[in-house]
Amino acid sequence: MTSPSLLRIACAAGFSGDRTDAAGPVVDALIAAGGPAVLIFETLAERTLALAQLARRADASAGYEPLLDDLLRPVLARCLQHGVHIVSNFGAANPDGAARHIRRLAAELGLPPPRIAVVQGDDVSGPAFRPLLRSALGPALDQRPVVSANAYLGAEAIAEALRAGAQVVVCGRVADPSLAVGPAMAHFGWAADDWTRLARATMAGHLLECGTQVSGGYYADPGVKDVPGMATLGYPIAEIDADGHCVITKPPGSGGRVDLHTVTEQLLYEVHDPAAYLTPDVVADLSAATLTELAPDRVRLAGVVGRVRPDSLKANVCFETGWLAEGEIGYAGARAEGRARLAAQVLRERLAGLGPLRADLIGVASLFGDDAGLWLADQPDGGARDVRLRVALRHNERAAAERLTREVTALYTCGPAGGGGVRTAVRPTLGTLSCLLPRAAVPAGFHWLEEPP
Amino acid sequence: MTDPQSIPASVPLWRAAHGRTGDKGNRSNISVIAWHPALYPLIEAQITEAAVASAFAHRRPTRVQRFCLPQLQAMNFVLDEVLDGGVNDALNLDSHGKALSFLLLDLPLQVPAALLPLLRGSVC
Repeated sequence: MTSPSLLRIACAAGFSGDRTDAAGPVVDALIAAGGPAVLIFETLAERTLALAQLARRADASAGYEPLLDDLLRPVLARCLQHGVHIVSNFGAANPDGAARHIRRLAAELGLPPPRIAVVQGDDVSGPAFRPLLRSALGPALDQRPVVSANAYLGAEAIAEALRAGAQVVVCGRVADPSLAVGPAMAHFGWAADDWTRLARATMAGHLLECGTQVSGGYYADPGVKDVPGMATLGYPIAEIDADGHCVITKPPGSGGRVDLHTVTEQLLYEVHDPAAYLTPDVVADLSAATLTELAPDRVRLAGVVGRVRPDSLKANVCFETGWLAEGEIGYAGARAEGRARLAAQVLRERLAGLGPLRADLIGVASLFGDDAGLWLADQPDGGARDVRLRVALRHNERAAAERLTREVTALYTCGPAGGGGVRTAVRPTLGTLSCLLPRAAVPAGFHWLEEPP
Repeated sequence: MTDPQSIPASVPLWRAAHGRTGDKGNRSNISVIAWHPALYPLIEAQITEAAVASAFAHRRPTRVQRFCLPQLQAMNFVLDEVLDGGVNDALNLDSHGKALSFLLLDLPLQVPAALLPLLRGSVC
């Protein structure tokens, strides 16, 4: 018996807000390569799901990836016609809504109804789960309006859906790498305790999950780290073999680069202890991982091993925390920095007692600094001639937060000379608490949007 | 007489290595990846947990851990509680701390003259 052929998995989105024209070139590359292939979209950062839950509250048919149509319309027909499976967490807070949207889209395109599976079980915001969350988090949530609560599911339900014949698998919260592990499990017939193969596929998924961050995106630094073709970056493709090892590449002719350095940056991205990268599927160990440049834009990852998966699942609970107020005003020319610093001091006095006020001098010190202002206080006036003052504070009451915006606006007449370009905003804020839930308490599975014929 | 060629030069770390910041909650991780395998031992010897803790003192990390992956000519630093609460809570414009890799890459590195040709960037 011959071993199953390579599985190609391409990722056409690394977050909600990624380029929406990404999928076309990777789908072309998958079809040209032939063989089994999967297209994944990762669109669900930590906070995205809570925002989706708020959108669903406002409109019961919303709550999934708002750009779903833009992502899929250009490639859905080709994927379905050429057997490229689609797996994504773009279901967000309303996976059934996303699945219905895809069915409508297929009909609009004149395609036969696709077999769409919906992964369920991640949403633990219902009343039945409240005692479980209370015991995991303690009283922290008692006074907080909960917006969303979701467990990070693993790959098993995705694999089951694909084995059952799904052409499209719509998920809500699943661990990002599981979007790749599920298809690999289904394709190669791996068991859910084949730890080392699952760990290797997990790291392939990890390299894919942020889109072009592995293929030249988020990397360039002119003169030090040069990247060709950044306006046409190629999204990554992982060629996964039957042992889970992978080669990372990108579509021929696309911009960007895949080399030891771009891949190493992404391999360690959001990793803590490299000997224990935890997902719902496995604990992956990168201690002996190696990368090899096989050819231009082809890098092989090997040496990853796996250990038994955690007993519990991580869950994120998002809740309303109040209001964030921000305001900006700009100064230019002689002594601009001094005038901006004076404006900050005026605002500190006017807003004293309202809570900690953060002040940044954009163009001087705005990102490395801490909220308490220790960094900025250490930077002497460097005589910058084009500076924007930005201030921010948080408050439980909207009316109190709005005082900041009025005080920044009042700098037009009461502030230092020559201030201009005031911009202010007040928006609601969300907090997140993480906890671990017993795996058995969060049963995952899938259902069909429509029974396949 | 000392051979001037043997005097190490002090350069910012970014000339010898690159990196990327990731965040989860209130914890930041920053990779440091040598541009060349021959530069890695210098970086491992000099860019210590203490050096990084000092560069981030104003962020008041409660713990700085370093994990070394010599076969990847890379290290991974994990800094606890440096994001003023993290993406949901910080007042920083960059609540993820995405820019922090460039703070770490400003640390000074002593490089022997023989290895200077391996550095990137022409000026400090």
